[in-house]
Amino acid sequence: MSDRDRTLFEGCAVHRHLKKAGLVVLLLGLLLHSLAEAAPLGRRAEMENGLTLLVAERPTLPMVTVQVLLKTGSVLEPKDKSGLAHLTAALLPLGTVSRTAPEISEAIEFVGGSLNADASWDSSSLSLTVLKKDLDMGMALLADVLLHPAFRETEIARKVRELKGRIRQKQEDPGTVARETFAATLFGDHPYGRPVEGTEGSLDRITRQDLVDFHQRYYVPNNSIMVAGGDVTLEELKGYVQKYLKAWARGSVGPVKAASGAPPRRRQVVKIDRGVTQANIVWGDIGIARENPDYYALSVMNQILGGGGLTSRLMRSIREKQGWAYDVHSALGARRFPGPFLVALQTKNETASPAIEEVLKQIREIRNTGVTEEELEEAKGFLTGSFPLRFDTNQDAVGLLAGMELYGLGMDYPERYPVIIKAVTRDDVLRVARKYLHPDRGILVVIADPDKAKLPF
Amino acid sequence: MKRRSWVILGLVIVALLGLLFLNVVIPSKPRELEVFETTLDNGLKVLLLEERKAPVLTFHVWYRVGSRNEQPERTGLAHFMEHMMFKGTPQMGAQAFSQVIRKNGGQDNAFTSQDYTGYFVTLAADRVHLPLELEPDRMVNLLLNPDEVERERSVVMEERRLRTEDDPTSSLWEKVQAAAFKAHPYGKPVIGWMEDIRKLSRGDLQAFYKTYYAPNNAVVVVVGDFNRAELLPRIQKAFGAIPRGPEPPPVRIVEPPQNGERRVTLTREDAKLPFIMVIYHAPNLTDADSYPLEVLEVILAGGKSARLYRNLVYEKQLALSAGAHYARVSADPEAFALYASSLPGKNVEELEQALYAEVERLKTELVSPRELEKAKNQIEASFIFSQDSIFSLARQLASYEIVAGWRHWKAYLPGIHAVTAEDVQRVTKKYLTTENRTVGILIPGGAATDGERPATGTQPKTEGARP
Repeated sequence: MSDRDRTLFEGCAVHRHLKKAGLVVLLLGLLLHSLAEAAPLGRRAEMENGLTLLVAERPTLPMVTVQVLLKTGSVLEPKDKSGLAHLTAALLPLGTVSRTAPEISEAIEFVGGSLNADASWDSSSLSLTVLKKDLDMGMALLADVLLHPAFRETEIARKVRELKGRIRQKQEDPGTVARETFAATLFGDHPYGRPVEGTEGSLDRITRQDLVDFHQRYYVPNNSIMVAGGDVTLEELKGYVQKYLKAWARGSVGPVKAASGAPPRRRQVVKIDRGVTQANIVWGDIGIARENPDYYALSVMNQILGGGGLTSRLMRSIREKQGWAYDVHSALGARRFPGPFLVALQTKNETASPAIEEVLKQIREIRNTGVTEEELEEAKGFLTGSFPLRFDTNQDAVGLLAGMELYGLGMDYPERYPVIIKAVTRDDVLRVARKYLHPDRGILVVIADPDKAKLPF
Repeated sequence: MKRRSWVILGLVIVALLGLLFLNVVIPSKPRELEVFETTLDNGLKVLLLEERKAPVLTFHVWYRVGSRNEQPERTGLAHFMEHMMFKGTPQMGAQAFSQVIRKNGGQDNAFTSQDYTGYFVTLAADRVHLPLELEPDRMVNLLLNPDEVERERSVVMEERRLRTEDDPTSSLWEKVQAAAFKAHPYGKPVIGWMEDIRKLSRGDLQAFYKTYYAPNNAVVVVVGDFNRAELLPRIQKAFGAIPRGPEPPPVRIVEPPQNGERRVTLTREDAKLPFIMVIYHAPNLTDADSYPLEVLEVILAGGKSARLYRNLVYEKQLALSAGAHYARVSADPEAFALYASSLPGKNVEELEQALYAEVERLKTELVSPRELEKAKNQIEASFIFSQDSIFSLARQLASYEIVAGWRHWKAYLPGIHAVTAEDVQRVTKKYLTTENRTVGILIPGGAATDGERPATGTQPKTEGARP
């Protein structure tokens, strides 16, 4: 099947040089074009062991990206062992029962490919990118790394030392410090309040057995999604799964038992004094879970308030009108549990105070009077029209498919999304602004030079 | 005669079979990308690449001007200009450009580098009329409203604070670049020194716009889902009436050879780990040595199996991270850089010596055939991977076109394939020498010590206009 598909497309490439066959090319091109437009983003299948397969078949380039996504991230780790999900993932390419870390990196890099692992709050992932001709080798390696990680003590120690260095290094960036302080204050004991890679202290408490247990429990097919994009078909992917992941047996994951974070009851200000030239400001509140039907109206509201680049209200008032900031934006972090809704900006110390006032004023305004018809149309036009740009590359397509499956959005999501967005009204936007934006009780974090900023609180 | 025809036919058949053979046996052979090139009567260069995998396209207008073209006392002018390009014409108010694009589901932005200033719109293929209407307008009719200039000045100053003032590593980079390039404008930060940003006038912007924003100093690149025969006349119609401008003054300055090591240190309270960078003057892509230098970069820093990571990070555990960067695609000769950050508690002098030990080993031992093959495989694979994005294709074509002509982009892989182990050794010996290097060291702690300018720094190559 796949070979025939590829021949067809290569035939196209050859035809392109034979200009006299223009009509044929045109007709074939139109046919392929219309097929491509009508085709869904991906195909889906479930394997007997519970593994979900998703494939975006895009044979234009001889490359393939494969991502294995575990529906388990740092949300499930115990508080004193924060960083466990991330460390487990990070150790996968660092040695299997039969291969050392240098052997793995040498094998994948020799063919110009990559094999990386990562984790977030809601998921963990292992990603492979190779040329089509190296897919078999890549899948063998991916399967070995996924099923038989060795978790050698020497590699754990090495990785922990590196992570501690990175944790220290990220303190150099005031923006990171502000965001992490904001999350810690907003979410308190909820896992969303802790950095995914853990802390210097928590990493010391993670034992090899913790990693082995976490891997054994959560790295099971019925908790996993395998997403591929590029020059590969669903049938080919199934073939590789049967060839290399036959031994991958179902497990019992148990329910995800993390409570939602409790919204703050009153306004809370955290000030960090630092000799910066520019104050770093984050204000926000607890927002929504991805499954909340208000997601779409909030997306539109967020576009208008501060998600929409130069034309958003915050950009217009704080950057374009006042010249106070290069960047000011709002962001909606819709996760498995309610994530943050936040506004972030950086401005010279002297304008920190009026800029914060302006943010709160804009939030009050959108709550009080909602948005105009023109703003609504611009935001909806952008969200629907730019949707295809979100799966331009194979990697983008894989990411979108993975997210669709992780949050249960359904395979018809790319078709449904514009319909849902188009149905959002001004009343919807006003309703969600009033429901989720609370200028009187948000968390405010300010990193600034206190002598220059002279904050009134 | 007849006999000769048969020979020719035979050759054609062999060639066709060869084509088939290639296609069948090496399925991952990269596609021949067909770039169409033309120059309009007014001097506007147009590059078109049809790429029909999704109904979207990316429309780029790049100007052959960057910080390289600035006067020493007016650094940051090219980047300031880029910001002003979003501030409206008589026909389109400030920000109206972006508003129209967004309303139509598109994304637009811009960036400034040492060599070029690029503007782009990525959007649904059936909305191509929008950049066709809007880009010619701002090529000619920019308002440069004095109030907008003043407001944008504060925005650019905030951008500099964000990207450089409060970022110790960027600050170090800026100082090292300034120490390495004494004569050539590559020693100046793209975003400009704060003092210069403060002083740039509306008159400076007007003169700059008049000199450099003209069709004969611009390149239009479109990649994506369109029909060339249909699009080209529309481009001609949209841009063709704009009169050619005077030829912008060429940049003639050549950095004199560096005849001895230069060193800068920066002590900063906000730095948490020592960081070291070493930059060597090196030729650009127009020099045949650029290919072995590119391979050298990958041998040193192409992943976890490459020498710097393997030896300094993994084996010796001196560094938290280590890398190399060769600035190959630049209009004038620039640099080959090595950099590393210390692991907590490790000695930065030892790290510096370990970097040099890797360089010296390359001078005395040839890289193995397998290591060379790996580097070439990595370069070829990344080149193919990068074609997955229409934006990336457009960016490659436009940047190559501006620095040396887009055909250098086509010559890239063949040039890489021809590199030998001896070439790699030769260029290491030639360029990675003590007298050709400038070393910068970032030291955490204490009160800030700094040279003649306030704590400064910028991204290596490019400033974005927006988040």
